Amino acid sequence: MAIFVDDTTKVVYQGLTGSQGRFYGLLNREYGTQVVAGTNPKKAGTDVDGIPIFASVKEAVAATGATASCVFIPAPGVRAAVLEAAEGGIEFVVVITEGVPAHDEAWFYNKLKRDHRNVRLLGPNCPGVISPGRANIGITAGHIAKEGGPVGIVSRSGTLTYQALYELQQNDIGVTTCVGIGGDPVPGTSFIDCLAAFEADPDTRAVMMIGEIGGSAEEEAAEFIKAEMTKPVVAYIAGVTAPPGKKMGHAGAIVSGGKGTASAKMDALEDAGARIGLNPTEAGEIMVGVVDKL
Amino acid sequence: MDLYEYQGKQLFAKYDIPVSPGAAAETVDAAVAAADKIGYPVVVKAQVQVGGRGKAGGIKLAANADECREHASNILGMDIKGHVVALVWIEKASDISQEYYASFTLDRSAKLHLGMLSAEGGVEIEQVAEDNPDAIARIHVDPVDGLTDTQCKEWVAAAGLDPAATDGAVDILTKLYRCYVDADADLVEINPLILTPDGRVHALDAKVSLDDSSVFRHPEYEEYDATQVRDNRERAAHDKGLQYVGLDGYVGIIANGAGLAMSTVDIVSQVGGKPANFLDIGGGANADVMSGALEVINNDPDVKAIFINIFGGITKGEEVANGIVTALERVDIEAPIVMRLDGTNADEGRAILEPHLSDQLQLQPTMVDAARRVVEIAQARGGR
Repeated sequence: MAIFVDDTTKVVYQGLTGSQGRFYGLLNREYGTQVVAGTNPKKAGTDVDGIPIFASVKEAVAATGATASCVFIPAPGVRAAVLEAAEGGIEFVVVITEGVPAHDEAWFYNKLKRDHRNVRLLGPNCPGVISPGRANIGITAGHIAKEGGPVGIVSRSGTLTYQALYELQQNDIGVTTCVGIGGDPVPGTSFIDCLAAFEADPDTRAVMMIGEIGGSAEEEAAEFIKAEMTKPVVAYIAGVTAPPGKKMGHAGAIVSGGKGTASAKMDALEDAGARIGLNPTEAGEIMVGVVDKL
Repeated sequence: MDLYEYQGKQLFAKYDIPVSPGAAAETVDAAVAAADKIGYPVVVKAQVQVGGRGKAGGIKLAANADECREHASNILGMDIKGHVVALVWIEKASDISQEYYASFTLDRSAKLHLGMLSAEGGVEIEQVAEDNPDAIARIHVDPVDGLTDTQCKEWVAAAGLDPAATDGAVDILTKLYRCYVDADADLVEINPLILTPDGRVHALDAKVSLDDSSVFRHPEYEEYDATQVRDNRERAAHDKGLQYVGLDGYVGIIANGAGLAMSTVDIVSQVGGKPANFLDIGGGANADVMSGALEVINNDPDVKAIFINIFGGITKGEEVANGIVTALERVDIEAPIVMRLDGTNADEGRAILEPHLSDQLQLQPTMVDAARRVVEIAQARGGR
C-alpha cells in the first residue's frame, strides 16, 4: 500500500502544454503514472504526445474520471487553477509551481477548507509525491527511489528529499510513499497530515521526516509524534547555522524573532521520541539501523 | 523585502492612514529646506533597516532651522549597527498622549492572518509578549472573509485603549488591513500608534515587509528594490537571479536546492569550518548557472576554498559535470574547489570530471568527506 497516490490514480495536468508541464508530465507517464489529460482553454481538442487536452478541469474529469491534478501553471495563475481543480471535481491537487504569493496561498487554503473539504492540496512549491513503482506525480526523479517499503518519507525540501530517497536506495531500503510538502509559508498538506497517513498505512513501518528552519510545523509534528505515532520516526532538520532574519532560499525558511530555529525543532522532536540525524547521511544511517530492527 | 520607514509611511498614506506630513532628504540642505516647508518643530529620523535607531542617536527633535541643520549633519553618514545612514526623514513633530502597537502578519501555524493590538506601544512587541502577554489583543482574520467591521470593533474593545482612541483605531486598523492585503505584505506594523491630546489616532512609525513572490502584480516593488542595501556579493547574486545569503566565513558554498544548500552550510560548520555564504543554484546546474555562481563566489575576497555540492535528480550527472568543466573554462577561480557529485548518473559525471581533477578541483565521495576536505584546504590557505 501507499498513501495519497497509487497506480490506480488518474491524473490531469494543468499546464501540460507548457514546457515544464510537458517535460514532467511525460516523464511521469513513462514512470507508470496514469496521466490521462491536460488542460488549456486555447488548445482544447489537441493532444500532447497522445494525452488529450481539455478546455477545463471539469471537462477533463467528465471525460477521463481523473481524481488528481498536478499544477504546472505559472505563479500568477495558481490561485485560479487550484479553485478550478476543486470545483472541477478533483480530490487531490498537487501544486509544483514556486513563487506563489503567500496571500494567495492563505486564501486558497482557507477557501478549500471551507467549500471543498474533501479536497487535499499538496504544495505549492513542492516536488510532488511518489509511491515508488506505482505512481510519480511531480518532479522527483523516479529511478532514485526503491519500491516497496517499509519507510515513508515526508519532507519540506526538494533536494533533501531526493537525497533521502537515494541514501535509502543505496542501502537497499524501499519506500512506500515519499511526500514533498514544500517550503512555502502555507503548505496545503502538513507534516501531521502525512504522519497520520503513514501511521494508518500497514506497509509503512518507519518514517523519515525532513524539516527546516522557520515556522513551527516541526514542533507541531513533534507533539503529534508524541501523542499518536507508534511507528519509529527518524528526523533531520536543515538550517542549524542559518542567521536570523534571512530567508534561506525558501520563502518559509526564516528564523524570525528567535522563533523557528533548528535546535528548538530538534529538541522538540527528540523529546517526542524521534531519532535525530545531524546531517542527511547520518539520518540515513540511523534509518538503516531502525529498519534492521523492525 | 523590508521597506524604509518613509516608504512605509508613503504606502500608508495611499490608504488614507494618518501619518505626519514629511519629506525624505539625502543632504543637510535638503533636510533644512524640507523642515522650513513643513514647519517647526520637526523630527529628524535616520532611515536604516535596523532596530534601535533612537538609542543610537538617529532620531532627534529640532525646534528650528539651526537645530535641524545640526541634527541632519550628525545623522547623515552615521553608522548604526553597520548600517550607514544615507537618508533622513523629516516630519512634523507630534504631541503624544498615548502610545499603542498595531500589526498584521500571517500566522503560519493557524494559516490565518493575525492582527495584534496593544495599549503598550513604543517598545518591542516581543518584549511585551514576554513580560505581559495579556496586554496584546489578538485576532485571526480568515483571508476569504477579510476583516469585518464587527470583528474590528470587538478587537479594539478587547485591547483596552483610551476610549477617546476607539473610533480612530477602528478606522486605522480597517485601512491597515486593506493595505496589508492589497500590497501583499508579510508584515505591516505601526509602533507606536499614537493618540494625540486632541483625540486623533495617528501612525508615528511604519514597518512594512513585502512578499517578494508577489512582484508580478506590483510594478511599484521595483522602486523599493532599487533602494535596498546589499553588499557587493549579494547584489551580484541578485542581478543573476541566484538565491544568495552572505555569511562571514571563508568556505564558499554552491549547492542545488535550498534544503541541500542549507544542509551544506550546516555540515561545513559541523566539521569546524565557517561558511562564507548560502548559494542555491536551483535544479538545473547547467554551465551558465554554474558560471554565474562561481563569479559571485569569486567576488568574495574572504573565500579560501569552494564547496560545490550537487545532487543530480532529473538533471543527470553528465550534464552537471559538463556544466562545471565549461564554467571553469569561463571563470578564472583562484580558490581551490572541492566537489561532491551524487545522484542520477553520478558515476558518468565523475568520469567526465576525472581528467580535470587537480589540486584546484578535487572530488570527494560524500558530503561529510567533501566538507572535511574543503575546510582543511581553506584553513591551510589562511581561513579563520
